[in-house]
Amino acid sequence: MERFAELLDRLVLTPSRNGKLRLLIDYFRNVEDPDRGLALAAIAGDLTIAAVKPAMLRALVAERVDPLLFGYSYDYVGDLAETVSLIWPASPNTKADRPLSLAEVVERLQKASRSDAPKIIAGLLDQGSIPARFAITKLVTGGLRIGVSARLAKQALADLGSMAISEIEELWHGLNQPYTELFAWLEGRAPKPQSRAKALFRPVMLANPIGDGDLEKLDPAEYAAEWKWDGIRVQAVCEGDLRRLYSRTGDDVSGAFPDLADAMDFEGALDGELLVGSPSATGTFSDLQQRLNRKSVSDAMLKRYPAFMRCYDLLQAGGEDLRALPFLERRARLANFVDTLNPSRFDLSPLVAFDDWHQLEAKRSGPPHPIIEGVMLKRWDSPYLPGRPKGPWFKWKRDPHTIDAVLIYAQRGHGKRSSFYSDYTFGVWSGPEGAEELVPVGKAYFGFTDEELRQIDKYVRDNTVERFGPVRSVRADRDSGLVLEIAFDGLARSTRHKSGVAMRFPRISRLRWDKPAAEADRLETLKALLDE
Amino acid sequence: MSHAGASLSGRLPIRPQIPILQAMRASDLLCSRPEGLYCPPGDFFIDPVRPVARALITHGHSDHARAGHGAVLATRETLDIMALRYGEGFAGMMQAATFGETIMVNGVAVRFHPAGHVLGSAQIAVERNGLRIVASGDYKRQPDSTCQAFEPIACDVFITEATFGLPVFRHPPAHEEIARLLKSVAQFPERTHLVGAYALGKAQRVMRLLRDAGHDRPIRIHGALAKLSDYYVSQGIDLGALQPATVDDADRADFAGSIVIGPPAAFSDRWARRFADPLSCFASGWMRIRQRARQGGVELPLIISDHADWDELTATIRQTGAAEIWVTHGREEALVRWCELEGISARPLHLVGYEDEGD
Repeated sequence: MERFAELLDRLVLTPSRNGKLRLLIDYFRNVEDPDRGLALAAIAGDLTIAAVKPAMLRALVAERVDPLLFGYSYDYVGDLAETVSLIWPASPNTKADRPLSLAEVVERLQKASRSDAPKIIAGLLDQGSIPARFAITKLVTGGLRIGVSARLAKQALADLGSMAISEIEELWHGLNQPYTELFAWLEGRAPKPQSRAKALFRPVMLANPIGDGDLEKLDPAEYAAEWKWDGIRVQAVCEGDLRRLYSRTGDDVSGAFPDLADAMDFEGALDGELLVGSPSATGTFSDLQQRLNRKSVSDAMLKRYPAFMRCYDLLQAGGEDLRALPFLERRARLANFVDTLNPSRFDLSPLVAFDDWHQLEAKRSGPPHPIIEGVMLKRWDSPYLPGRPKGPWFKWKRDPHTIDAVLIYAQRGHGKRSSFYSDYTFGVWSGPEGAEELVPVGKAYFGFTDEELRQIDKYVRDNTVERFGPVRSVRADRDSGLVLEIAFDGLARSTRHKSGVAMRFPRISRLRWDKPAAEADRLETLKALLDE
Repeated sequence: MSHAGASLSGRLPIRPQIPILQAMRASDLLCSRPEGLYCPPGDFFIDPVRPVARALITHGHSDHARAGHGAVLATRETLDIMALRYGEGFAGMMQAATFGETIMVNGVAVRFHPAGHVLGSAQIAVERNGLRIVASGDYKRQPDSTCQAFEPIACDVFITEATFGLPVFRHPPAHEEIARLLKSVAQFPERTHLVGAYALGKAQRVMRLLRDAGHDRPIRIHGALAKLSDYYVSQGIDLGALQPATVDDADRADFAGSIVIGPPAAFSDRWARRFADPLSCFASGWMRIRQRARQGGVELPLIISDHADWDELTATIRQTGAAEIWVTHGREEALVRWCELEGISARPLHLVGYEDEGD
């Protein structure tokens, strides 16, 4: 339990992906079964244990600690799980002669019923050290919130066994906790686990971006073009009575899209894009956002923002694996396959006809729908390969939007950038003439060179107005301010931001030292993009 | 120098109650004034925050030890530290106090006892007409081989700090924190571990703890630590090889895998850019609270404190057997509440000017 608790603590505070990977790999390498497998399940969000409400923890603490002292402490710490873990009185009679293992904790929590959960949790807290108590409270209140995705955990497993992540993803849903067979295979002590499970995820094929000069080398006749839809890439798999909707990293997202999952009555595996609306009236990205990151979906939501799938590829039809066939052939099979499905929930992603790259470029710059973010090029003869092979598929995104904004706040970065102000909040002008003010419209922390970072950092330090911990507000008014050219891929309505808009992938494309702050863009310019 | 921390368990022998014929009230012996804690019969202040005629100083941290007093009475080490920080002429007159020795100041008996906070740190016992008040200054009970261990003194009134006066502050043993640091150094050998530690006391304690844990590579230090670290060494505290953390660009890679200690403020400063992929660590009791670490951009919080944690505070209050507790700087209300629950009379002493953050 101590090592798991330490891992959680370090992961939370380690900003870099590589750092997190190293911590995970070291943990998986050094911790024995079944603890490491249970830790993996907990991190991947797959561990099922007795969940309790924070109120129950409070009640347990109230039986043991003076309410006033608890109140002072909670006010100071601000996090219930943390306060409980620190203030929990050491219990002299249950002093454990050996430390708790994660397996023991999980076993006891899994056996707990609703009625005896409080007693079991109290017993564990009595027995654990402070870090262990923190990990236990996090486990039982759900959500570790350590900034590690299931995907990153799988990457760590792949690195541990020196294999491609697609191998892990393909196996994943057929594995059982605590993943003893998987670790044995990764460590070269056992053969690859044989999957007995049905409706498994198939690693997704991805495209490389078109780079400068790439097109000249390609023959237009060898490629099909398809719109690139900016929804969520999904894979719908049905086998026997099992239906699963996977994200592109192999996470099961069926629960968030029950409307689509219910319509999946076929035998096979489809690759496509999840969108909101209907095949005849595709919704915008703002509409799609209504359905993202929700644990439960209300009926009203399902009605207003129904999900459907625009199909790109057919990987499996009945008992037949089609992945080795050329795209041309798969595409023909796909068209027939989609014809048999519920037309309000599935349609075929249309091809874009073109004779040469210029023609395609013209279509790319004027797509027929705002949720299209470019075109995809797929070689007619390409088999469906996992990962991102170079050559068969390309994505050719439309050029980003740009806007000139003014730097308002700068925040210190992490790791290598901890002595630099490297995260920038920028705003555009709003309000009547003569009384303009800057409204924040986004935050960007990449897109600049190291040299430019040094220059902005100096600018921030020289023009600081106020400091709030790691954040500085920077002088920004009509007469002075640093204008940043911001590139972004799309714009959505937002009720969360004062400006009413939220950018997708904002990054700094140029520093406009030359441009007076008063000449930066206005909010109206930005909002006009919403109505496209 | 004694390195063992005094045991936390058990009370001191109960002092015989002296019939108080003279009926001296505690507040007549010590009271708070804007300048600090004042003794009217002895006409002196303890740790005054403004220049006064006569000051008794518990330890060398700058919020307790200020320059410009008429006369200063403190331990030899504290006087030396003040001279290092403020120059030889930091006060009109200096007098060194030896631990355990009674010094009469205008008819008030004054005695210095070790506080275990930093080198030279002392509690000050003030006694008159059978009434004894101990002003403990800042103190801790965890072992620290860079200073003399805290000695509990039986008294009528105990004045305690409350920097970590909340029951959530529970410091783990410092050597465990150092073990985590060394584990991280092994795990991330290409990065420079920057350890933020206050220049007086904490920095040298971290160095000593590293040596005790078997780390024998040179430790690189920020310039602000040099004088005080040299002083610790001159007092017989072996800190191993210390090298200034200065470089030209050529040997930037040289810092990979090394431990650099500096004042916390320096790490958000441009100074920190000279290091290869720095991993920021901060040695402080505040690191117990995750949000504090997160806000400061600390990747590896090290919970190492020179102040008593909640358990040490409450155990010490019990040990002194004091009937009355005065609580100064920090989170007074929780400690006062605890005393109330324990049936010990307690009140906050509202002294101003002591920094909450200095750990």
